[in-house]
Amino acid sequence: MSEIRNGRVLKLLDQRLEDRIIDEAMEVLEKTGVLVENKEGIQLLKNAGMNIIRTMEKGTVFSIKRSLVEDSLKTTPSSIKLYDREGGEEPTLSIGEGNNEIYFDPASTALYVFDYKKKEVRVPKTNDLVDFVKLADALTNIDAQSTAMIPDDVPKDIVDRYRLYVVLRNSNKPVVTGTFTLDGFNVMKDMLVAVRGSEKALQEKPFAIFSVCPSPPLKWSNLTCHDLIECAKAGIPAEFISMPMTGASAPVTLAGAVVQHTAETLSGIVIGQLAKPGAPLIYGGSPTAFDMRKGTTPMGAIETMMIDAAYIQIGRRLGLPTQAYMGLSDAKLPDSQAGLESGIGSVLAALSGVDVVAGPGMLAFESCQSMEKLVIDNEIAGMTKRLVKGIVARTDPLAEDLLHGDIYQGDHFLTSPTTMKWFKDEFFYPGSVIDRDDVDIWGQKGGSTAEERAHEDVEKILASHEPIPLSETVEKELVNVMEKEANKYGLKQLPS
Amino acid sequence: MAILDDLKVTVIDMEVEKTAKLTQKALDDGLEAGEILDGALIPAMDLVGEQYERGEKYVPEMLLSAHAMKGAMKLLRPLLVSSGAKMKGCVVMGTVEGDLHDIGQNLVGMMFEGAGFEVYNLGAEISAEEFVKGVREHEANLVGLSALLTTTMLHMSEVIDALKEAGLRDQVKVMIGGAPVSQEFADEIGADGYAPDAASAVKLAEQLVSHR
Repeated sequence: MSEIRNGRVLKLLDQRLEDRIIDEAMEVLEKTGVLVENKEGIQLLKNAGMNIIRTMEKGTVFSIKRSLVEDSLKTTPSSIKLYDREGGEEPTLSIGEGNNEIYFDPASTALYVFDYKKKEVRVPKTNDLVDFVKLADALTNIDAQSTAMIPDDVPKDIVDRYRLYVVLRNSNKPVVTGTFTLDGFNVMKDMLVAVRGSEKALQEKPFAIFSVCPSPPLKWSNLTCHDLIECAKAGIPAEFISMPMTGASAPVTLAGAVVQHTAETLSGIVIGQLAKPGAPLIYGGSPTAFDMRKGTTPMGAIETMMIDAAYIQIGRRLGLPTQAYMGLSDAKLPDSQAGLESGIGSVLAALSGVDVVAGPGMLAFESCQSMEKLVIDNEIAGMTKRLVKGIVARTDPLAEDLLHGDIYQGDHFLTSPTTMKWFKDEFFYPGSVIDRDDVDIWGQKGGSTAEERAHEDVEKILASHEPIPLSETVEKELVNVMEKEANKYGLKQLPS
Repeated sequence: MAILDDLKVTVIDMEVEKTAKLTQKALDDGLEAGEILDGALIPAMDLVGEQYERGEKYVPEMLLSAHAMKGAMKLLRPLLVSSGAKMKGCVVMGTVEGDLHDIGQNLVGMMFEGAGFEVYNLGAEISAEEFVKGVREHEANLVGLSALLTTTMLHMSEVIDALKEAGLRDQVKVMIGGAPVSQEFADEIGADGYAPDAASAVKLAEQLVSHR
């Protein structure tokens, strides 16, 4: 059908290169192998009969056979449905096979927040995360939440679970999260179960994704491997975030980096499927084109986005749901650079056919969130969503009014029946951040910039938006879990 | 002197083997190790550093120059030590416990080498005890701690405590780096300094050591 993935036309890799990348990734897995530092992961690969290439102080390097990778791919679900926190009937995100939508969630785990009023980058507090989550809850083109930043006012040992706690209390949208500690996963799972009612209900209607990041090159640390295995067992979707950095922690060429991304992600799929066949997994990533002049990891580099586009193509070829950290910027504040990098990234992501884009809000190499940028990116997301719907034959004939009207007798298009039928659905109408006023009117309204309008929106939304509250019992349970954790680490009272 | 000028050029041009050969030749010609170091190697690396800051040199080029310098230092170090010449400094560095990300600190380590420091890079996931052992073993006067995660940066203060307990804290300056750390955090845990990137780490190290 021509309507399927109408706007999803980009293939940066030709067929032969695509095949070569997959073959070479398989070769890497077999010959170079993967270092696994988690006991259970090591046992799983041993039990599957994989050969040990080398035993290291902290882990074991396994050769992974192509046949095991192929078997693992067969049992990996080709689609995943994610529901909202309240467990509404219809899934909020339906990703993978058959999906024509593109979904957006804010990029995750920023160390800083850009304070628009003070024009400074600073460490976030709980109220910053609360505001950010409320904002993302209100913005219509942001489909899911992420545990977007790391508040500084709780002990660092519990901040992974605390972020999730804040999100769950302030938004009904599904959430992308992750742990920083080995004991984080169980507590966070308890919170999710508390919301859903039971482990079984959570499996049936998942509403959280855990990011699991292999360490480049080709290593599964104890923590990430642990989380991957626990997610698989609990039926919670895990999202692979392979992070090759060209020329630093991965081959310098784009194709070489894609091979590493493919190998790392395939090895994760193997471990996940060995832990539990049928475990839901997402083919994601956050590669970077390492900047050889600055020694930094730009997310807004065109080559970063090209590696993203290429691995998305591989993920789709393998028949898996895909995700990418695109639509981010390395600017330090929501300026022109932020807009252009985020815009290019989001559009490329959409054309590449990705299911989920993580990026809105994020600046500075994935280290700083901006509420104003989130509002601007919400418009980028809206435009991108329109793009993937593509150009479709809405009417037959296509130009009905030219063939059936009498344009030379003064017929115009503005109120024709076809116009009336389509003028809303055919277009995306952005919010006030995107200026389409007449020049004079723009001046009369104060001649504002996009960032200024975005800031106005932030203030308006935060003053008026009220997220759907948790039920009283769930709220109590969550607070209980969190307070216990806080007490364990010497915090008497949670920040309000 | 012509040979020192040539040596300077080979370092800047990233010629690893030629740098070692020329260094040996300079020694054979009767030059003092200190003359070679101060007259060629250090000025060469200073220039490379400046070029890097201006965006004229790229990271891999800077590292190769540092590598060339390191090769020359291998020949000079024993002579410098026996002549009692004052070395720039000895750094023990590593990424603290539980943190697997060590690219940043490897970069810093190579830059340190390039600047003439003696560098012992312990690698990733290094415990407080291992740092103490390293400082003792190499009689270091500088400790570099790196972390990329907010959770692991807490281990930095453990290293500082362990150095205190071992009675080594006064012997060393401690500098920290990595995405989540800041000057504020350095002050909080009692580190002597913080640097946001590799180039400024070297400058800071030079300051810290010269203040001794």
